[in-house]
Amino acid sequence: MSSIALKRAGKVRTVIKNVLLYLLMIAIAILMVFPFLWLLSTSFKTPGNVYAFPPQMIPRPATLANYIGVAKMVPIFRYLRNTAIITALGVGLNLTFSTLAAYPLARMRFPGRDIIFGALLSTMIIPNGAGMIVNYMTLRTLHLTNTFLGVVLPSAATIFSIFLLRQAYTTIPKELEEAARIDGASEFFIWWRIMVPLIRPTLLTVVIFDFMAHWNSFIWPVVVMKDPNNYPLAAGLLYLQGQFSYNFLYLAAGTVISITPMIILFLLLQKYFINGVAGAVKG
Amino acid sequence: MGTLASPGAAGVDTKPSFASRLRKWWSGIDWRTTGVAYLFMLPALVIIALFVFWPIIYGLPLAFTNYSVVGETRWVGLDNFRRLMSDPYFWEALKNSVLYVAVVPVIQIGAILLAVLVNRPLKGVGIFRTAYYLPVVTSSIAAGIAWKWLYDYKGIINAPLLQWGIIDKPIYFLSDTRLALWSVMAMTAWKGFGYYMVIYLAGLQSIPKELEEAAAIDGAGKVGVLRHVTIPLLKPFALIATLMSVMGALRVMEEVMAMTGGGAGTNVVALYSYQTAFQHFEFGYGAALGWVMALIIFAFSLITFRLNKGGFRPE
Repeated sequence: MSSIALKRAGKVRTVIKNVLLYLLMIAIAILMVFPFLWLLSTSFKTPGNVYAFPPQMIPRPATLANYIGVAKMVPIFRYLRNTAIITALGVGLNLTFSTLAAYPLARMRFPGRDIIFGALLSTMIIPNGAGMIVNYMTLRTLHLTNTFLGVVLPSAATIFSIFLLRQAYTTIPKELEEAARIDGASEFFIWWRIMVPLIRPTLLTVVIFDFMAHWNSFIWPVVVMKDPNNYPLAAGLLYLQGQFSYNFLYLAAGTVISITPMIILFLLLQKYFINGVAGAVKG
Repeated sequence: MGTLASPGAAGVDTKPSFASRLRKWWSGIDWRTTGVAYLFMLPALVIIALFVFWPIIYGLPLAFTNYSVVGETRWVGLDNFRRLMSDPYFWEALKNSVLYVAVVPVIQIGAILLAVLVNRPLKGVGIFRTAYYLPVVTSSIAAGIAWKWLYDYKGIINAPLLQWGIIDKPIYFLSDTRLALWSVMAMTAWKGFGYYMVIYLAGLQSIPKELEEAAAIDGAGKVGVLRHVTIPLLKPFALIATLMSVMGALRVMEEVMAMTGGGAGTNVVALYSYQTAFQHFEFGYGAALGWVMALIIFAFSLITFRLNKGGFRPE
């Protein structure tokens, strides 16, 4: 009897503990997403209820005027297009070049390999105080300022991706490669048909990291692009912030437009986003 | 005389000369593989040489010139560094960059607590991890705009305080020079929790369950397990995360640019270097400013590198 009562008391305690845990987690979750929710709410408000008190989480009345207004005043769709071009180009180039470069570093023996690997590794500690300035000067010499290619070229092959991919290649068993070689497959065929499919999870990590970096970057694009019409969304926001500081409602709508694609992607691929960070740190 | 048998007597000519070793190495090279390898690496190596190594080689001498968009470029020796010593804006920026490191303990402790909180087999716990990670994936400029709106003089923080008579003047979070830097740091902390939470979560999950169970069976209480198993095993993760976080704080630029543009006494060295180069077009002085910061960060990256052998993204 008493043991049953004890068990029941234990069960009640677990339930209470779990309820408290959920309440705590919910409270923190609200705090973490609140700045964006509040911005989202604001973007549907009118000048009349924007400062209403008590604050309205669900705007009454709600309006789409800010979205229409900002789209009329700033080339928001052009910014969206620019962002898509920069992101696609940047991710595509880095994925291709890094996947290629990491392969021999992981699986071939050739003179200079250790020197190259060491040189790449050394950049993680060698101080580099004027990277952005010198890269801008280089792009100017190459006549690539104010171009999309200029924005993405400095990160068209990142050492970080090469290391991540090299790590992935080294885990593939040697037998697979040897079997193909006996069958007379070319080096390129082995890479493309055997190696690349086997490192798919790491490729996805590289894509996600890079997608996020390009979609969110705004300082470098502002440096490279002279014409604000060529800005990506994030850079456009910086520009808009200066131009429309008096009209926060428009700015709110523009900001919501800029982050929505990224947030949707994150919600769809959240597992890969989160595992990627953990994997990169452990690797 | 000949009493000691020389063990090398027969071995003298088995030790190959340098030339013969070189010859052996040379003949051992598989030229076809070598060619293929370099072909695979070529595009990446060109880009890395041009945009990673060239800035390191050319960027240092640049700091000793007066390079700017107008006028001819001269070698000015230590002039830029002398100027920097008496530049009040530099000292303010340096002070702020160092002060910014105060976000590190806040982020790290917050991240560990969050990781412990969501590292349970509760239903729907993934939703919470996602929510906590959300700020990480958004751009600093969008996050900055959202936070500026929270900080507005009639915004969601000020309005209730004013209404309930707790304050009689709005708090100017981003224009009051005593508050502005801390207000920006709050946003950085909020953006950082999720990122480091994931790192600690990986750390917690790398601890074998059996270890904790064994400790519990041996009579270690909850606190005992935490002290003798969890914390020691989490230590390497904490070290790396902390150093990454310190370097990130010293390098901070985007958040400040997004929220104050460096005004209200919030400028930091990275942003000041950027402004010098790209708004005042003084590339030489901008490079000198950048190098001062880089050397401070260098000390920290040396430690991190030794701990981690380069497995993290050096942002």
